[in-house]
Amino acid sequence: MAEISQNSGGHKKGKKSKQKKVSTRIDLTPMVDLAFLLITFFMLATTLIKPQTMEIAMPSKDTPPDMKRPVKKPENMITILIDKNDKLYYYVGMPDKSGKYPTPIKTDYSPKGLRTFLLEKNSKVVRQVIELKRKRSITKMNDSIFEKQKSDFKSQKNLPFVVIKATDDANYKNLVDVLDEMQICNIPSYAIDDIKKEEIDLIKNL
Amino acid sequence: MPKVKIPRKSTTQDMTAMCDVAFLLLTFFMLTSKFTSKEVVQIATPGSISEIKIPDVNVVTILIDKDGKVYFGMDKQDNRKELLRRVSERRNVKFTEKEIYNFSLIPNFGVPFDKLKTFLNVPAQDRDLKVWDLGIPVDSTDNQFKEWIFYSRQVNKNIRIAIKADKGTPYKIVKKVMSSLQDIKENRYNLITTLEEAPKGL
Repeated sequence: MAEISQNSGGHKKGKKSKQKKVSTRIDLTPMVDLAFLLITFFMLATTLIKPQTMEIAMPSKDTPPDMKRPVKKPENMITILIDKNDKLYYYVGMPDKSGKYPTPIKTDYSPKGLRTFLLEKNSKVVRQVIELKRKRSITKMNDSIFEKQKSDFKSQKNLPFVVIKATDDANYKNLVDVLDEMQICNIPSYAIDDIKKEEIDLIKNL
Repeated sequence: MPKVKIPRKSTTQDMTAMCDVAFLLLTFFMLTSKFTSKEVVQIATPGSISEIKIPDVNVVTILIDKDGKVYFGMDKQDNRKELLRRVSERRNVKFTEKEIYNFSLIPNFGVPFDKLKTFLNVPAQDRDLKVWDLGIPVDSTDNQFKEWIFYSRQVNKNIRIAIKADKGTPYKIVKKVMSSLQDIKENRYNLITTLEEAPKGL
């Protein structure tokens, strides 16, 4: 292994000095062992990866309820209902004058479920963003320009608006998955709201 | 017998280079990574495609485990000291300097306020016991959680709130937490997730 060698000097005075050259060799194997042990310790006990986050902005409680309905056409309003045991429903539109809600449609978290529906509903923006991404990879667009273009697409008129409502028994993973779908499908605006009693009854029977 | 002299060649290899690399790697790991602090509670966050990184400084972390217990943490020791001082003033409870110091050493805690004094006087190794695993109350009758967030915003107005909840946390608790945050006008916050790959073609 690695060695350090040096000649030992020193001879006795007077006597017939028979200077024996003795080379001291220090075996450094244990030091390298320690170095590897320390590396392994630091590799296992510390972390380099920072956990990622999702940004959420909730509407403030002061805004009156009508302000929360920025859509003019009922067919642009989608409500997603999250239930326990990974059950997921959605309905389009708002309750009509007699208070009757549109029939919720059962779906799931797979790509063929909620995502297919949202991509279809939001097809205009989805197409624009895919085109934008293609342009970005070709022309090496600046990141801030990309983001600005993306938010411009999202502020066009007549785009779907999603309200996310979850029952008390739903779990957090379901909520995060739905929020993730919002990002994947580039939904222009969405909000998290409390579920109404009528809605709980609606899905209880399904 | 004829003397056959077998020429011996030295088989020792100079390993200095490997030793150097080992020390370089070691120095790299020592300098570029942080120790993962001992988790108060194990939380498995759900995944998402979001790639925004959580900031290191000026962060208030709200941990919610899968039973629905809420823990609170703030970075920077000085901020923690100041926070405890303000909350103790508000609640008219006196804390000794030693207790304030102990509090500043804990990154995350989940103890209701009335038990906090005794909790801080317990030596560090006993603090992990199940008996202290109570969580901060978020009920509307005694929303201590709202107070902690409110005063931490006063201590450091640049904080960002990050919520780290387990996959199986019931939505009820998350709703209470988000609703309490809305009450004190904290409408922007981050949800901590693990990174997932974005689906192809989107």
